[in-house]
Amino acid sequence: MLDSKIPAGPLEEKWTYYKGHCKLVNPANKRKLEIIVVGTGLAGASAAASLGELGYKVKAFCFQDSPRRAHSIAAQGGINAAKNYQNDGDSVFRLFYDTIKGGDYRAREGNVHRLAEVSVNIIDQCVAQGVPFAREYGGLLNNRSFGGTQVKRTFYAAGQTGQQLLIGAYQALERQEALGNVQVYSRHEMLEVVIIDGKARGIIARNLVTGKLERHFGHAVLLCSGGYGNVFYLSTNAMGSNVTAAWKAHKQGAYFGNPCFTQIHPTCIPVSGDHQSKLTLMSESLRNDGRIWVPKQKNDPRKPNDIPEEERDYYLERRYPAFGNLVPRDVASRAAKERCDAGYGVGTTKQAVYLDFRFNLINKYGRAEANKLGIHNPDEATLVRLGKEVVKEEYGNLFDMYEKITGENPYEVPMRIYPAVHYTMGGLWVDYELMTTVKGLYALGEANFSDHGANRLGASALMQGLADGYFVIPYTIGNYLADDIATKPIPTNHEAFEAAEKAVSDRINTLMSIKGKQSVESFHKRLGKIMWEKCGMARNAQGLQEAIQEIRALRKEFWSDVRIPGEIAEMNPELDKAGRVADFIELGELMCLDALNRNESCGGHFREESQTEEGEAKRDDSQYMYAAAWEFKGESNWELHKENLEFEVAKPTQRSYK
Amino acid sequence: MEHYTMNLTLKVWRQKNATSQGSFETYQVRNISSEMSFLEMFDVLNEELIHEGKEPIAFDHDCREGICGMCSMYINGRPHGPWEANTTCQLHMRAFKDGDTIVVEPWRANAFPVIKDLTVDRSAFDRIIQAGGYISVNTGSPVDANAIPVEKEKADMAFAAAACIGCGACVAACKNSSALLFVSAKVSHLALLPQGAPERRTRALNMVAQMDKEGFGSCTNTGACEAVCPKEISITNIARLNSEFTLAGLLSSNK
Repeated sequence: MLDSKIPAGPLEEKWTYYKGHCKLVNPANKRKLEIIVVGTGLAGASAAASLGELGYKVKAFCFQDSPRRAHSIAAQGGINAAKNYQNDGDSVFRLFYDTIKGGDYRAREGNVHRLAEVSVNIIDQCVAQGVPFAREYGGLLNNRSFGGTQVKRTFYAAGQTGQQLLIGAYQALERQEALGNVQVYSRHEMLEVVIIDGKARGIIARNLVTGKLERHFGHAVLLCSGGYGNVFYLSTNAMGSNVTAAWKAHKQGAYFGNPCFTQIHPTCIPVSGDHQSKLTLMSESLRNDGRIWVPKQKNDPRKPNDIPEEERDYYLERRYPAFGNLVPRDVASRAAKERCDAGYGVGTTKQAVYLDFRFNLINKYGRAEANKLGIHNPDEATLVRLGKEVVKEEYGNLFDMYEKITGENPYEVPMRIYPAVHYTMGGLWVDYELMTTVKGLYALGEANFSDHGANRLGASALMQGLADGYFVIPYTIGNYLADDIATKPIPTNHEAFEAAEKAVSDRINTLMSIKGKQSVESFHKRLGKIMWEKCGMARNAQGLQEAIQEIRALRKEFWSDVRIPGEIAEMNPELDKAGRVADFIELGELMCLDALNRNESCGGHFREESQTEEGEAKRDDSQYMYAAAWEFKGESNWELHKENLEFEVAKPTQRSYK
Repeated sequence: MEHYTMNLTLKVWRQKNATSQGSFETYQVRNISSEMSFLEMFDVLNEELIHEGKEPIAFDHDCREGICGMCSMYINGRPHGPWEANTTCQLHMRAFKDGDTIVVEPWRANAFPVIKDLTVDRSAFDRIIQAGGYISVNTGSPVDANAIPVEKEKADMAFAAAACIGCGACVAACKNSSALLFVSAKVSHLALLPQGAPERRTRALNMVAQMDKEGFGSCTNTGACEAVCPKEISITNIARLNSEFTLAGLLSSNK
């Protein structure tokens, strides 16, 4: 039976109660306890630094050349917190409620409320670390809006919020390394969890420079290894982002929660050709000031600026007047797909819509600046000039990035955007304490099945990563390790380490000995195509069944015909990638299985069989009000466990943003 | 943008590992789209090499959107290639024309030893941060984020300095392989904020000491670092570091 270990009591008192009653480890004993952290993004770096500060002996691993490069760094728009600095009606309850509703009632109330509670501490902590958030002229912090909310609660640092937050966590981590509390292993990849007497007790890691396998002991293991969006090949994830750490844990007994819950982000730069290696996000924050539209006429050959106002269809404002351009991501993505499928798409591929800043650049910013300067009858050129300055300050780096990639100037012509895979709400199933179904094995941040249900709201990923690392795990891990203070470090010549290393080594040898004809990349692309077409923005039973068969065939082909050049005992990026793609193939099958099982639409999971008359996602609460937790039983074989979700405070309704 | 394809000659530095002797190899690549990124052009070349049974070229890259700081190619004598304020991953092939020859090398600096081909070891930067590139505050209950107002101008300057992605282009561009732009960006970011003020003196002294220990060269104010910096970190940060460092030295009690 799955036990989510939600503390008893009223929703708003659960976390306080937990903190007041969980077991503690005294400072002298903390020094005897070792913790392994895999991944150094916001969740991993904040956890490793905070646990080091508490006195635990921490080892942190990342595959990049420095912990500062983890993919959290690419997050653009911001981080939510229920500070209510804007006096616009925000509160912990509102943030909780927006998150539950945004996730289409498929997340746990207890976890989400805790997330909303600690959100305010995160901002205080980050400011104390020197994170340079955007400020008003009075010296206080500034906020912007994000999708799925009607308040301004998003803190930001231009379009580089993730970078600034990660640098804050990284600096805290480096400080602990200097103090000797944390040892960082960069260019290392975790390839196996070592389990002894039913508890996670270490990992096997590969040194990516020498190719050597290493054994590392830990009283507990934290997986902070991010999401698996790269299963689609094309996504906004970094090239190295992978599921391997989580997948190894899954195969060792950790259940995988809601694998099919994928977030397709509405505003990304469209695909330009077959050479495409990744997709680039244009922050959701742009929807504060950008208006999305397509021409009212199909296949309109005119340039966007030549299409008059009355011939434009601002379809989000038309369909969702209450939230307009700031509907949640899943809603915005499907609406874009609907327009393009109906033949109204723009650009050479017709798989794009416009994101246009001109209106707000002139009317919102241009006029405000003109007023400040006392210009009472400004002409349009003046408004454009003044507005541009403000837009540049808000989004300058995003506009520059857009221009470098497309060669077009978004200050002059509307951006062309299209949805792309961005985030995975699914991940390792964890209880309230963030522990997986394997004792002593935790999952934090995007790596767990998280607090976002079936759809994550913008600016909430950074919030969750830092909440888990700074403010949740330091308490919950103590509750586990308090019973482990007498456990001496287990020598790594223990038979379980021997066996785990041998399994890893055998698999690498097998991969290298295939010596087939097709590159790793070509397999990854083919997997991505299957996933995007049949397990992407819209899914149906027939497509998913076909996808499962295709993926199985692809796996066979991979293991008999992949070509990996080079040697094992050296830096070999193709070998690193081969291991990751092999895991993605297996995960892809489970995602399709989960999507097939969930015969309802909710959040980002859209089953064509289950929609309202207006084409909105239609949940089936009587059948599917549960988190799906899949247990690995062997090749292509999983058992479904259900964690029923109970909503005592936020009563489920048909989500409406109209 | 007008789309075109091109054929190119690439001269790429190949080096098996840190201890072996490296050399340039010449490759021909065909039908490269002007819409590709520079790294996608390398992907195409690597796929061909794998197909021919040869070893692909090792290079660092990750986010491919100009923010992680991992990519690091020295292209035609300039870190990150010909465009201003740009990283290699954001360089697109419309910067080149049919028939061009492009020379690609790794970052060259004693403090950044080559690991393989175009991949170098930049862990010296992490050790410089460990020497003091942080504010000593534990996770806990600091004051409310709005308790200490920060002058917007200073906050903006701190942000501009904090935008450094730690790629090392500044070091690669410098004839002395100085890391002063990197160090000064971190010192400025933290010194400009009230939260960073208590440690500003020890921070400047310790980070500079670590920089020297790692074998980076001295700064002679040529400004090559600023010219190639993908995030346009200003050399006025170096001036600020110099004054922080001098003042810290003068006020230091343990001379």
